[in-house]
Amino acid sequence: MTQLTAGQLSRFVQPGRVHRRIYTDPTIFELELERIFGAAWIYVGHESQIKHPGDYFATRIGRKPVVLVRDLDESIHVIHNQCAHRGALVVATERGNVAELTCCYHGWTYHLDGRIKRVPLRHGYPRDFDWANPKTAMVQVPRVKSYRGFVFASEAADGPSLEDFLGHMTTSLDDMVDRAPDSEIEIAGGIFRHAYGANWKLYLENLCDAAHPIFTHSSSIEAALAQPEDAHSDGSGEIAIRQMRQNGAPYSFWESKVGIWTYPNGHSYLGDYHDDAKLVVAFNDPVFRDYIAALEARKGKGEAQRVLEVRRWNSNIYPNLSFMSQFQQLRVVHPVAVDRTVVHTYSFRLKGAPEQMFRNTISFANTVNGTGSLVLTDDLEIYNRIGMGLDSEGAEWIEVGRGFDSDVPDAHGGRRGNNSTSEVYIRNMLDAWVGYMSKAHVADHDEGVVGAL
Amino acid sequence: VIIGNMGKKQNSRPKGNAVLSRWLVAQPNLLRKPQATRKPLDLRVCEQFLLHEARLLDEARFDDWLALFTSDAWYWVPSQPHQPDPHETVSLIYDDRRLLETRVRRLTGPRMYSQEPRSRTSRMIANVTIEEAERAGCTVRSKFTMIEFRRDSQRIFGGTAFHRLMQSEDGVRIAWKRVDLVNCDAPMDGITIPF
Repeated sequence: MTQLTAGQLSRFVQPGRVHRRIYTDPTIFELELERIFGAAWIYVGHESQIKHPGDYFATRIGRKPVVLVRDLDESIHVIHNQCAHRGALVVATERGNVAELTCCYHGWTYHLDGRIKRVPLRHGYPRDFDWANPKTAMVQVPRVKSYRGFVFASEAADGPSLEDFLGHMTTSLDDMVDRAPDSEIEIAGGIFRHAYGANWKLYLENLCDAAHPIFTHSSSIEAALAQPEDAHSDGSGEIAIRQMRQNGAPYSFWESKVGIWTYPNGHSYLGDYHDDAKLVVAFNDPVFRDYIAALEARKGKGEAQRVLEVRRWNSNIYPNLSFMSQFQQLRVVHPVAVDRTVVHTYSFRLKGAPEQMFRNTISFANTVNGTGSLVLTDDLEIYNRIGMGLDSEGAEWIEVGRGFDSDVPDAHGGRRGNNSTSEVYIRNMLDAWVGYMSKAHVADHDEGVVGAL
Repeated sequence: VIIGNMGKKQNSRPKGNAVLSRWLVAQPNLLRKPQATRKPLDLRVCEQFLLHEARLLDEARFDDWLALFTSDAWYWVPSQPHQPDPHETVSLIYDDRRLLETRVRRLTGPRMYSQEPRSRTSRMIANVTIEEAERAGCTVRSKFTMIEFRRDSQRIFGGTAFHRLMQSEDGVRIAWKRVDLVNCDAPMDGITIPF
């Protein structure tokens, strides 16, 4: 394995361009798992997935299997899904409820915080075996913090707090929750799981790309524009077709009506365009009028108006989370290999909102996140083609310079594009990438293992 | 021939009014008036219909495939096993008639990047049974395997399909179709060719 110095790594990112190798080199991918996914605050799950004591949700941080679990005292832990004995995966199903965790191999049993509870044949182990060693456990991820129900974990024992890490992006997470009349949301309505044959970074690099829809999605835009309205719809197709037509907005629209904002640590959001008046659940829709009434009843007119005027489309929290508050969507990026990525997408139900709103959320999810959607299939094709294209020995550098000369500072410590077709959000993620990658952060226990060998 | 079939089927089925009445309505020859000209929706007719549908899809005759559906049909590929409905849970595909028309228009259009190059598919249909039947139509359950080859790799899809088939003046039509993939909740690349 080639060793790469911090200096070499940081030279892969230059003003307005990035070296293709960071998307294709397995060595760099392994370093990313260690220095980005092993250090940053990683979105793990939502508290509504573990409502009751004993509820768990098995997921991954980077490639490492972990379990998000609610303890009997209601506290939340993220523990490594690995038995301290011979290393087997302990929790084998994605969701469930348990009083304790038992390994299927020799019956080692753990408390919900990962500490050992019972071990068969305990008398047979060496007399000085340290059962109280915190590493002889389903080891806890050192830092776990929830922001308004969104649970993040960091493998780094020290580092910025979750609030510092999120910075101004807390306002996007707030928007996800504030839109619920009861100020509470829950994950509901199933999961999409997409896989593509290319690097994980490409996914977030597409989600604020306002310049691609009119081109990439032309097949669905044209098919939707040509669709007669007299064909029967139960409402779901109508939502899908309207969204596909919106994707066909011309460049001039994206360059004048839509904005893009970026913040430290690689975060960003696209905003302005998709205000509620233009959305499918628009103000003249009776369902949306009921929703506004519920919002006003619970929060007061002023707060309801403030909530409805927050106009965020996709918000991205680097490195593994993207969400969209107006249709309650959330996407989690799982890096599998340098050239393989899996993305899970979720929908939220707004507590206190009319039932039909959730049905609209589902229709919207099927349209933009559906495995068989007329839109997403072309995005997946793009990721796959970038993966194949980067194998070429053609252009060494990938250009991400659009908007470079016109980006401007933002009032909250970030940089915003002069308009939404700026690639400022990619440059911003790459700056964060350099920051993480050029820090030779190694978790303490890794050093311990290496030292022992 | 009809009498021969009748004898065979009666012998192979358990007794009971529900089963018998279900079977009777699946055999409209016994019930319909002699002047009716429609083909009965018996098992053989249903099987032939499913094979015809599979062939249209394999031959990429998507417009002809769309013409098999009624004007208020829906086409559904759930994202979860035993998914109760398409409105409260996401679906790999859930198309009402309007969206199904859009899907087919896109499939037959010139610039669909996710079908560059085009997929080639090969389907097998088997284990066809009639689950429910009335005079106007019946619900048919079948097993299918679809091999999809595209670019440089091959995928295999398999599962259970349910067709609600109706008799119409133009022949047999699909009022709804549900396709339960055995791996419906697996991570997968995009689905572009209908099952």
